[in-house]
Amino acid sequence: MLNRQGRPTTAGASSEAGHATFTGNRALMQEEPLLFESGRYDVTGVDIEEPAPFRSRLGQHARKGEIGLPGLSEPETMRHFVRLSQKNYGIDTGLFPLGSCTMKHNARLNEKMARLPGFSDIHPLQPVSTVQGALALMQELARYLTTLTGMAAVAMSPKAGAHGELCGMMAIKAAIEAKGEGSTRNVVLVPESAHGTNPATAALIGFVVREVPARADGTVHVDDVKALLGPDVAAIMLTNPNTCGIFEPQIVEIAAAMHAAGAYFYCDGANYNAIVGKAKPGDLGVDAMHINLHKTFSTPHGGGGPGSGPVVLSERLAPYAPVPFVTFTGKSLGLVEHERRIGRRDLAFGRMTAFHGQMGMYVRALSYMLSHGADGMKQASEDAVLNANYIRAGLCDLMSLPYPDHPAMHEALFDDAWLKDTGITTLDFAKAMIDEGYHPMTMYFPLVVHGAMLVEPTESESKASLDLFIATLRDLAMAATDGDKERFTGAPYHAPRRRLDETRAARNPILKWTPPQPLAEAAE
Amino acid sequence: MRYLPLSDTDRGEMLAKIGVSNVDELFSDVPADKLLTAPLDLPFAKSELAVERILGGLAARNVPSSSVPFFIGGGAYKHHVPATVDHLIQRSEFLTSYTPYQPEIAQGTLQYLFEFQTQVAALTGMDVANASMYDGSTGTGEAVLMAHRVTKRRKAILSGGLHPQYADVVRTLSHMASDQVLTMKADVSGTEDILAKIDNETSCVVVQSPDFFGNLRDLAPIAEKCHAHGALLIAVVTEVISLGAITPPGHMGADIVVGEGQSIGNALNFGGPYVGLFAAKAKYTRQMPGRLCGETVDADGKRGFVLTLSTREQHIRRDKATSNICTNSGLCCLAFTIHMTLLGQTGLTRLANVNHANAVKLATLMASVPGVKVMNETFFNEFTVKLTKPAAEVVEKLAAKGILAGVPVSRLMPDAGLDDLLVIANTEINTDEDRAALLAGLKSVL
Repeated sequence: MLNRQGRPTTAGASSEAGHATFTGNRALMQEEPLLFESGRYDVTGVDIEEPAPFRSRLGQHARKGEIGLPGLSEPETMRHFVRLSQKNYGIDTGLFPLGSCTMKHNARLNEKMARLPGFSDIHPLQPVSTVQGALALMQELARYLTTLTGMAAVAMSPKAGAHGELCGMMAIKAAIEAKGEGSTRNVVLVPESAHGTNPATAALIGFVVREVPARADGTVHVDDVKALLGPDVAAIMLTNPNTCGIFEPQIVEIAAAMHAAGAYFYCDGANYNAIVGKAKPGDLGVDAMHINLHKTFSTPHGGGGPGSGPVVLSERLAPYAPVPFVTFTGKSLGLVEHERRIGRRDLAFGRMTAFHGQMGMYVRALSYMLSHGADGMKQASEDAVLNANYIRAGLCDLMSLPYPDHPAMHEALFDDAWLKDTGITTLDFAKAMIDEGYHPMTMYFPLVVHGAMLVEPTESESKASLDLFIATLRDLAMAATDGDKERFTGAPYHAPRRRLDETRAARNPILKWTPPQPLAEAAE
Repeated sequence: MRYLPLSDTDRGEMLAKIGVSNVDELFSDVPADKLLTAPLDLPFAKSELAVERILGGLAARNVPSSSVPFFIGGGAYKHHVPATVDHLIQRSEFLTSYTPYQPEIAQGTLQYLFEFQTQVAALTGMDVANASMYDGSTGTGEAVLMAHRVTKRRKAILSGGLHPQYADVVRTLSHMASDQVLTMKADVSGTEDILAKIDNETSCVVVQSPDFFGNLRDLAPIAEKCHAHGALLIAVVTEVISLGAITPPGHMGADIVVGEGQSIGNALNFGGPYVGLFAAKAKYTRQMPGRLCGETVDADGKRGFVLTLSTREQHIRRDKATSNICTNSGLCCLAFTIHMTLLGQTGLTRLANVNHANAVKLATLMASVPGVKVMNETFFNEFTVKLTKPAAEVVEKLAAKGILAGVPVSRLMPDAGLDDLLVIANTEINTDEDRAALLAGLKSVL
C-alpha cells in the first residue's frame, strides 16, 4: 500500500525491493508531497503589515468563510519548488530532440534583458510618451522579422503559435470578406501531415477543412492541390519545411496555384529554424506565416509557455492586420489601438488580445537576434540542418527512413518499420531513451508516418554530444532487434516515475486536490 | 558565435560522414533561385556587452512604475512580488523544459500545474480549473466559445462593465466565427439592466467584477436569470487579488470564471506575458479549452500526474477540437503558484485588505479635491473619478510631472463620450507620499 506521498508503506513494496529506503527518497531523488499536504492555513511566507482600521467600501461583497488555500513559509516554499524542479528534464539537462519544437539553448542574457525595469516594470496603459523605448523595441523586432522573412508587415500581438495561426487565418478571412467572397470561399486545404492546430484553427472561425493527400515521398504535389482548388477554396495551410522534415520542393508552384485561384497561402512557421537566412518565405509566395519566437528565436518554452506568435503578412494581407500596432508620427512613436482611428488602414480586422502582446518575449527574441546577427542566424540554421542530417546518417543503417529520397532539413524522421516483429513500439523505444538520460524525440507525429520518431537536435548540440546520442541510439536499436524486450517495455526504470497510467487519469479525472477524510478514517 | 558549438573542423567531418561536399547540398529541395546568397540587410553578430548596451539604451527610454507615484490599473496591476518567485522560475529545469508530454521526466511541471489548478479552483470558488490560458482576454474569448458549445446557441451578451479590450477580443472572435454579440453600453455606475436582455436565445452573459470602472457586482441574480433561460454566466476577474476580499463568482452561481492572474507572481511586462485563469463547474469539464493536468499512478503504484482528457485537444481531435490552443502560460502559472503558496489564504487576505485600505484612503482624499468626483459606491482597489477636464489631457500633464495617474477611459473607449473619466488603481505599493503627490498634482492641473 502507498501513502499519499507516494512512498511504500512496507519495505520491499516497490520494484526496487532490497534497495527500498525508509523515506522513499533515493539520495538526490526526493519525493515531495503536494503543497496542500505540507501547507497550513495559518502559515504565510510573506510579511504584510495590517492596515490601520478603516471603513470598508466592499458593501455586501466581503468574502465569507475559509478560502481553502494553505501557505508555506519561505524556506519551505523554496525547498518544495526546488525539489519539484529536480523531477524535470530541460534543455540545460541534456539533449532535447523534440521534433517540431526546436528546443535550442536559452541564453541567460535574454532573461537578464527582459528583466530590466525599463521593460519588465512598465504598464501597457502608460502614456506612450513614457514608453518610447518599448515601442522602439517592438518596431525594431518587427523590422528584423520582416527583413528575415521578406514580408511586408507583421502583426505582433498573437500570444503563441496557434494564436498566430488564428490571426493569420482571420486576416485571410477579412481579405476574402472585403472582396465580397465571404459566403462562397469557405474551404481551407490542409495536408494530412499538418500540425493538429491547423485544422483546429480553420474550424474555429468557420472554415471547412479539406485534406490534401501526402505523396509517397512525404511531400505535397502541386497537382494534388490543383485538383482540390475551386471558387470555394479560401486558403491552404502548409508547413514548410513540412512536418516530415522536408522542404516542400513545389512550394513556389503551390503558392502560384493558390494565387491564380484567388486563394491565399498560409504557412505554418513552426519549422522556420531550418531556413532563417537561407530562404525568405516572402520569396516563396507566402501570404501569412506565424513565427514561434519560443522556437526559432529561443525564448524559453517554460514547461509549456508563455509563447509568442507574431504573424508576418504579405502586401495583400497587411491592411487587415489587427490592432494594436506601432506608428511613427513625426518625432515620436505612437500606438494605434482602435480600428476606427486608423484612417488609411481602416481595414484592420479587430483585436487578438488585450494590450500589445508578449513584450517579455519580444525582448528575449531581439536579444537573441542581436547576438547572432544576420551571419549567426544563417549559421544557426545551417548547423541545425547539418546536425539533423548527421544523426540521420549515423542511424539510417539500423533505423528505417520513410523518406530516404529527400535530404532532411532540421529534423530527421524515422518510422517503426525496423521494429516490426520485435514487440517493441515507438513508445517503448522512447521510454528506454529516458533511462539513457535523453528526452525522447517527438513520437507518432506526423500522423502520416507509422510509429513516427521525429528527431530535432537543433544547432545547440556539439559534435561530441551528437556522437554520444548516435552511439546510444545505435545500442538501443541493436538491443531492440536482438530481442532485449524488457529494456524497452518496462522502461523507464530510472526516472522519478515509472510509466504512468494515462487511461486511469482520463477515465476518472482527478483535476485538483481535495482535503482527505478525517485522519482516523484515512488510517490503514 | 558563442551559442554555436560546432567548429569548422567539426562541420567538415560531419559533411564527409553525410556524404556531401557542402551544406548547401542539404538545401537542394529549395528552388535554386530562392536560396539566398547575399547576407540579409541586418547587422552581424554582437558580443554580450554590445547587446546589453543596445537593449539597456532602449530600456532607459521608458519610465518604470517603481520609479514614480503610480496608479495605473485597468486590467494589469503593479504588486510586490517576493524575490523567491523570480529565483525559482529561472531554475533551468522549469525554464528550459517543454510541455510535459513525457510525464515520467516532467513531474515537476505536472505537479505544479495540479497545484495551480487546485489554487485557482479554490480562489474562484469553482469545481475545476485548467492549466492556464494565454491571458484573461483570450480566456474570455474561449469561454464564450465554450458556452456556445454547451448551450448549442450562438449569442453572447457582454456587460458594459467588461474591460473594453476584452470585449474587443470577444467581438473579433465572434465576428470571425459568425456568432452574435450584444454589447451593453458602457456602465460607469455598475447598475445596468442586463437581466432584461437575457432570453431563450442567449448562450451566455459575460460580467466582470470588480468591473472595469471598479464597481463590485452582485452576480447571483444574473446567474439565476441565466439559468432560468438555459444560458451560462461567465464571470471575469481582472484583478485576482480581489478574491482575497470579495465573494468569489463561484459562490454566486457562475458557470465559468475567467481571470487575469498577472497580479499574483507576475510583473507588468508592458502587457505580457500574463497568465489566464479558467475555471468551470465540474459538469462542463469535457467542454473546457486548454490543458488539464490529472492525478494517476505509475507502474509501481506511486502517485504521479499527467496531462489528461486530451481527446478534447487539437493534436487528437484536429478540426473537432474544443479549441486550437496548444500552449498554456507555463512559467507565468508557475510564478502564480509560487507566490500563492507563499501567501496562503492568510497572506492573501491580508494583502487584499491592504489594497482595499489604500484605495479607500485615496478615495477619501480625492473627495476633498475640487473638480474631482468619485463615481463608485463600492470598489476594491480601483475606482473611477469624474474630472472637470478631459482625463487624457490631465494624465499627460501629470506624466510630465512624473506622476502616472491612471487610465483615461477615452484611451480604451474613444467613442463612448466618457472623456472626463479616469480609472485609478491603488495597491499595496502605494505610499502616503504617492497619494499626496497625486493629490497635489491633480490640484495643480485641474
